[in-house]
Amino acid sequence: MALLEISALDAFYGDFQALFGASLRLDTGEALAVIGSNGAGKSTLLKALTGLLPARADAIRFDGAAIGGLPASEIMKRGIAMVPEGRRLFPSLSVEENLLIGGWGRTGTGHWSLESLYRLFPVLKERRHSPGTALSGGQQQMVAIGRALMSNPALLLCDEISLGLAPVVVRDIYGALPAIRAEGTAVVLVEQDIVQALAVCDRVICLQEGRVTLEGEPADLTRDAIQRAYFGR
Amino acid sequence: MTTLVDIVLQGVLLGGLYALFAAGLSLIFGVMRLVNLAHGDLIVLAAFLMLALTRVLGLPLPVAALLCLPLMFAIGYALQRLVLDPVLGKDILPPLLTTFGLSIIIQNGLLEGFSADSQRLSGGGVETLSLPLGGGLAIGLMPLLTFLAAILVIVALNRLFYATALGRAFRAVSDDPEIARLMGIDNRRLFAVAMGLALSVCAVAAFFLGMRSNFDPTIGPARLLFAFEAVIIGGLGSLWGTLAGGVVLGVAQTAGAALNPEWQLLAGHLVFLAILVARPRGLFPRATD
Repeated sequence: MALLEISALDAFYGDFQALFGASLRLDTGEALAVIGSNGAGKSTLLKALTGLLPARADAIRFDGAAIGGLPASEIMKRGIAMVPEGRRLFPSLSVEENLLIGGWGRTGTGHWSLESLYRLFPVLKERRHSPGTALSGGQQQMVAIGRALMSNPALLLCDEISLGLAPVVVRDIYGALPAIRAEGTAVVLVEQDIVQALAVCDRVICLQEGRVTLEGEPADLTRDAIQRAYFGR
Repeated sequence: MTTLVDIVLQGVLLGGLYALFAAGLSLIFGVMRLVNLAHGDLIVLAAFLMLALTRVLGLPLPVAALLCLPLMFAIGYALQRLVLDPVLGKDILPPLLTTFGLSIIIQNGLLEGFSADSQRLSGGGVETLSLPLGGGLAIGLMPLLTFLAAILVIVALNRLFYATALGRAFRAVSDDPEIARLMGIDNRRLFAVAMGLALSVCAVAAFFLGMRSNFDPTIGPARLLFAFEAVIIGGLGSLWGTLAGGVVLGVAQTAGAALNPEWQLLAGHLVFLAILVARPRGLFPRATD
């Protein structure tokens, strides 16, 4: 059974329509890459999915229930956690408090706790009393991922986690993905870095101007097909 | 010399009352960036609530005061959910106007229900007791208790903010409401709890206000002004700063009154303005924002 099913989802910012009938399907434990250029609707898709943008109720089904348009806090409690673009740590909270707040709405039953996160990212344990925003970009990204994992979600959404980070740091961050997936967590990875995304995901969809223009498994897709879907040429 | 020590001592103790006025205001502004213009009137409302509980139900004052804590919490919770939530948004004007209207409604409602007569909460003689300190100095028991209550309230609020999960959520919502929602925090409910807490603090302030001086339905806005001045002098977002601000204001007013009774309020306002000019962000501004 599909964990997540999005069908014919439209999303709007006021009068501006940013998604046109987007559909996708994700199984339990699967990793899906969502690629596309700036303004293609990738972040919009995540915003609608997390409840930050209104959506038709049955356009988004999670775990068998229609969740489109529910309040963000309610959707999170059902097991969808988000690593937001730009990390968005809480500046007045320490590293440890940032992690703890991730478990406010739901602690779930699962592997992730302060201890297991400190095992995954040992550097965070050393810095746990520093303000979240005093860390380097890569470390902040680790906090943001850890914060989302604290709820032991069934589905983890990552919005541009490589953005603004040095390649060696990006490698570290992506190095944590297998450990996360090993717990059976499904992952949606929104990325502009296509090579990185294709390397770690089971399937990929490409968005262009609010529409899904390509879907498939990385091995089956040629560079030309991806380029056409990405740029529309 | 004795006079000088006396002025500072009485002023510091008066500052405790102003810090109590200000703590709730500071809390609400800190959590939801809402300036509550009805704050002073809500304090007066709590005082009349205590009065009604003692007169109508015949409850002893301490019982009535304690009962007012959960009552005011409930009023604050309902007020936030039913009245303030719908107007909270990106624009700061609608909530400001709403609390302004609320201020007028409370004043006139109290006038209707209790008349314009001056009232006071009677503690059966406790309010006039004083402790001699020697050397011709004495401090009133009520002012001392007020000051201790202010410290207690501020310690409790600080613990709540920095040592509990609820406080963590308050700070997270204050930092970034959108991301807080993604953490499963229902910020509407959290705001209602914050308003409930703030009005409970109002009840504490009301108890000491009513024990120390007369009150009538119209004195709310002046209490709001003192609360504002204490918060601004202390620096927005710092609870200990709010206590310091209250003390500065209290000492300034007491000193002014010692020079000439007519100068009490003026001296307070002048010191407030002077600090605003010299340190626009207050004495202990928060490092961020």
